[in-house]
Amino acid sequence: MNERRFNWPLWIGFILTPVAFLSYFVFFAKFPITRDVPWVNLILFAIAVALLFAGIRRAYATPSTARKVIATLVVVIGVAITAAFVYAAYPGSRVPQSASAPAIGSHAPDFTLPDTNNQPVSLSQTLASAPKGVLLVFYRGYW
Amino acid sequence: MRVIAISVDTPADSRNLAQKAHYTYPILSDVDTKVIDRYGITHKGAGMGGHDVARPAEFLLDRNGVVRWRNLTEDLRVRARPEDMLAAARKL
Repeated sequence: MNERRFNWPLWIGFILTPVAFLSYFVFFAKFPITRDVPWVNLILFAIAVALLFAGIRRAYATPSTARKVIATLVVVIGVAITAAFVYAAYPGSRVPQSASAPAIGSHAPDFTLPDTNNQPVSLSQTLASAPKGVLLVFYRGYW
Repeated sequence: MRVIAISVDTPADSRNLAQKAHYTYPILSDVDTKVIDRYGITHKGAGMGGHDVARPAEFLLDRNGVVRWRNLTEDLRVRARPEDMLAAARKL
């Protein structure tokens, strides 16, 4: 057994984990198709976890305690990053109650806010020219 | 029926979004969440870097500004069903 054989699955898996994590927030979150269900990042995480698993198996097949300890640490960190991604990218379970939002039958608060050309748009003025009513859509926005 | 969209995005970011997605309705910027707070729909710290954002919400208002339908889904993966909103809109 060549003790010096580099445990490439372990280290590629280790590097791929933060890449899978960061690439979501830096890039893939900008596009709805890869944001709402982060399938690209989930695939990257699956590959990373598979590599980490292969890497730790490799390390535990050697007699070296150091390799086993290092591999265990690397896998723990990789799994932690994966878990952090699942928590951060899936806010669906953490929507607030919003108990004080305007109820059906109440008046919606008036407001004036700038549009994409920095022109002020007022709700009351929009209502005045909207015999069929107004649909207000609040969305989370891109971060 | 008119549509107004609101988020914490700046006018520049919203303009990008509007152009890419070919939106034709106004997208308004509530960067400091003043209006979002007034509507009680703030999601504190949920934006990147801990920024406050709006939780997704829709309100259908009649011409007097009275709320006739609203959608405050607990599960972000369940989007508002257009039929429900359109049924409410037809009654206006």
